Amino acid sequence: MTILKIENISAGYTPESNILYNLSLEVNEGEIISVIGPNGAGKSTLLKTIFGLLTPKQGKILLKDEDISGLKPFKIAKKGVSYVPQINNVFPSLTIQENLEMGAFIRNDDYTDTMEEVYTLFPVLKERKNQKAGQLSGGQRQMVAMGRALMLKPKVLLLDEPSAGLAPIFVSSVFDKIKEINTMGVSMIIVEQNAKEALNMSHRGYVLAMGQNVLDDKSDALLANEEVGRLYLGG
Amino acid sequence: MIELIVYGIVLGSIIALGAIGLTMVYRIVGFANFAHGEFMTLGAYMALFVISILLPWVGFPDSRFVPLSFGWRMVIAFPIAMALVAFIAILFDKILYKKLRVKKSGPVILAMSSLGTSFIIRMAILIIWGSDYIFYRPGLMRPALYLPLGIKIRPDQIFIFFAAISLVILLHLFLKRTKMGKAMRATADNADLALVTGIDTERIISWTWAIGGSLAAAGGVLYGIDVQLHPGMGWNFLIPIFAATILGSIGNIYGALVGGFVIGIAQQVSTAYLAPTYKLAVAFMIMIIILLVRPQGIFGKE
Repeated sequence: MTILKIENISAGYTPESNILYNLSLEVNEGEIISVIGPNGAGKSTLLKTIFGLLTPKQGKILLKDEDISGLKPFKIAKKGVSYVPQINNVFPSLTIQENLEMGAFIRNDDYTDTMEEVYTLFPVLKERKNQKAGQLSGGQRQMVAMGRALMLKPKVLLLDEPSAGLAPIFVSSVFDKIKEINTMGVSMIIVEQNAKEALNMSHRGYVLAMGQNVLDDKSDALLANEEVGRLYLGG
Repeated sequence: MIELIVYGIVLGSIIALGAIGLTMVYRIVGFANFAHGEFMTLGAYMALFVISILLPWVGFPDSRFVPLSFGWRMVIAFPIAMALVAFIAILFDKILYKKLRVKKSGPVILAMSSLGTSFIIRMAILIIWGSDYIFYRPGLMRPALYLPLGIKIRPDQIFIFFAAISLVILLHLFLKRTKMGKAMRATADNADLALVTGIDTERIISWTWAIGGSLAAAGGVLYGIDVQLHPGMGWNFLIPIFAATILGSIGNIYGALVGGFVIGIAQQVSTAYLAPTYKLAVAFMIMIIILLVRPQGIFGKE
C-alpha cells in the first residue's frame, strides 16, 4: 500500500528557477527508498519539499491520500513525517535527553515509552543522556538526530545523507540502525552519496539527475544496471 | 567605595533585566531591538497608570509596607505592567517585525524599524504623561538604613535587588524545566532545526517578546521605585543594556546578567571620580573597549 506519493512536483528556492522538475515518487508501507544521483541533482531539495520547507510550485504530495503540499513543517510533522537534516541536526547546547524531548514537542501525550524505545535502540545515548549533544562524536550526533526524529513515532522518516561526514567505521553501524528502525515499521526515504551502501539496504531506488527522475527500479536491479553502476556507483 | 559597589549592584540588577530581554530577542528574533529601553519606560508608566488611576478608580485602598515606599497597589500594578508590556511587545512584532521577517528583511532593517518603534513609544508617553519627573509616591521621606561597613541603603533598594534576582531565577527555571523553555533554548540553538522538529518558531518568537518585554517592564518599574519616572528613562538605559549584552556575549542570558552587574557597578563607582552625568559615558566606554578587545564578549568562544 502506498503511504507517500509524490506526483509531478516542481520546486525551487527562487520564483524564477526550479531545482525539481515534474518529479514523481512513491513509497510503499514498510519500504526503504534510496534516492541517489550526482551532487546538485535535487536530492536534498526533494526531502525539503516533502517536509514543507519548500512549497512546490506544482504537483501534489499525498500522505495516505491526503494532500500535504504547502503545509507548514510542524503540521506535516504532526501528520507523521519526520525529517533528519544532513548537517546541524542536533541542538548542541541541549542535553541528549532534552534533544529527544524536543523531538516529542508536538506530542501532548506521555512519551516515556517512546523515549525508552529510542534508548533501547541507541543504548549509548541513555548512558550519556545528561551530556550536551554538542560534545558528542559525529556518529553519536547522528543517533541523537535519528532518535529525535523517532520521538514522533513517524510513519515516514526522511533521512538526508545519514552517512555524511562520518568515519567509515560508524557508517555501517548507522546503516544497521536504519535497517533496525525500518523493521519497526517505519517507511523511509534516504538520500545518499554512498549510493551502493544505500541501495544494498533499501527495497527500491530512484536515480535523480538535473531535478528529474531518470530511473527507478528495485534496488538489486539498479545495482546490477551497468549504466547506473558506471555513472553513480563508482564503476 | 563599598557603598558605591552596593548601589552598583542595585543598578546592575535593573540593567540586567533589560539586557536579558535584549539578548534573548537578539538571539531568537535576530536583531538588535533599539526599542528595548522604551519597554522599560512603558512598564514604569503602565504601573503608574494602575497605581494612580486604575486602582483609585475602583476604590482599592492605598497602603504602604513600611519601611518600603510602596504597598498593595504596587504589588498589583507590577505584574499588570509586565503583562501589558509583554502584550504590546507581541503586538509590535505582529504588526511590524513579522511582516519584515516574512519579506526576509535584513537585521539592519529590523533594527532601524525598532528605532522607529522606540520614538513612537517615547513620544506617546510624552504626550500622555508629559515630560515631568514623576514619583510613584510623591512627597515621601525615604530614609536609608545603616548597615555595617558604613553602607547606607534604602529598604527599597534591597527589595529591588531581590525582586530582580527572583525574576532571573524564575526565568532560569522556565528555561530549564518547562517544555516551552526548552523549546526556546532549542530555537536559540538552531532555529531551522527547531522548525524541522515541529516547533512552531513563530510561537517561540511571541514567547521571547513576552519574556523580554515583561522583564524590561519589571526593570522600568524597579527603577521608578528606586529613582523616579521620566519619558527618557528607558532611552538612557539603552547604552548600559547594550553594553551589558555585548560584555556578556550577545545571545547569552547568564552573560547578560553578569554584564548588567559589571556595568552597573562600573557606572556607580565612576561617580567617585567623575561627575554623575558621565555615568552613561562610562557604559559607552566599556562597550567600545569590549568591542575592540574582545568583540565576542567574556563568555563567547573565539
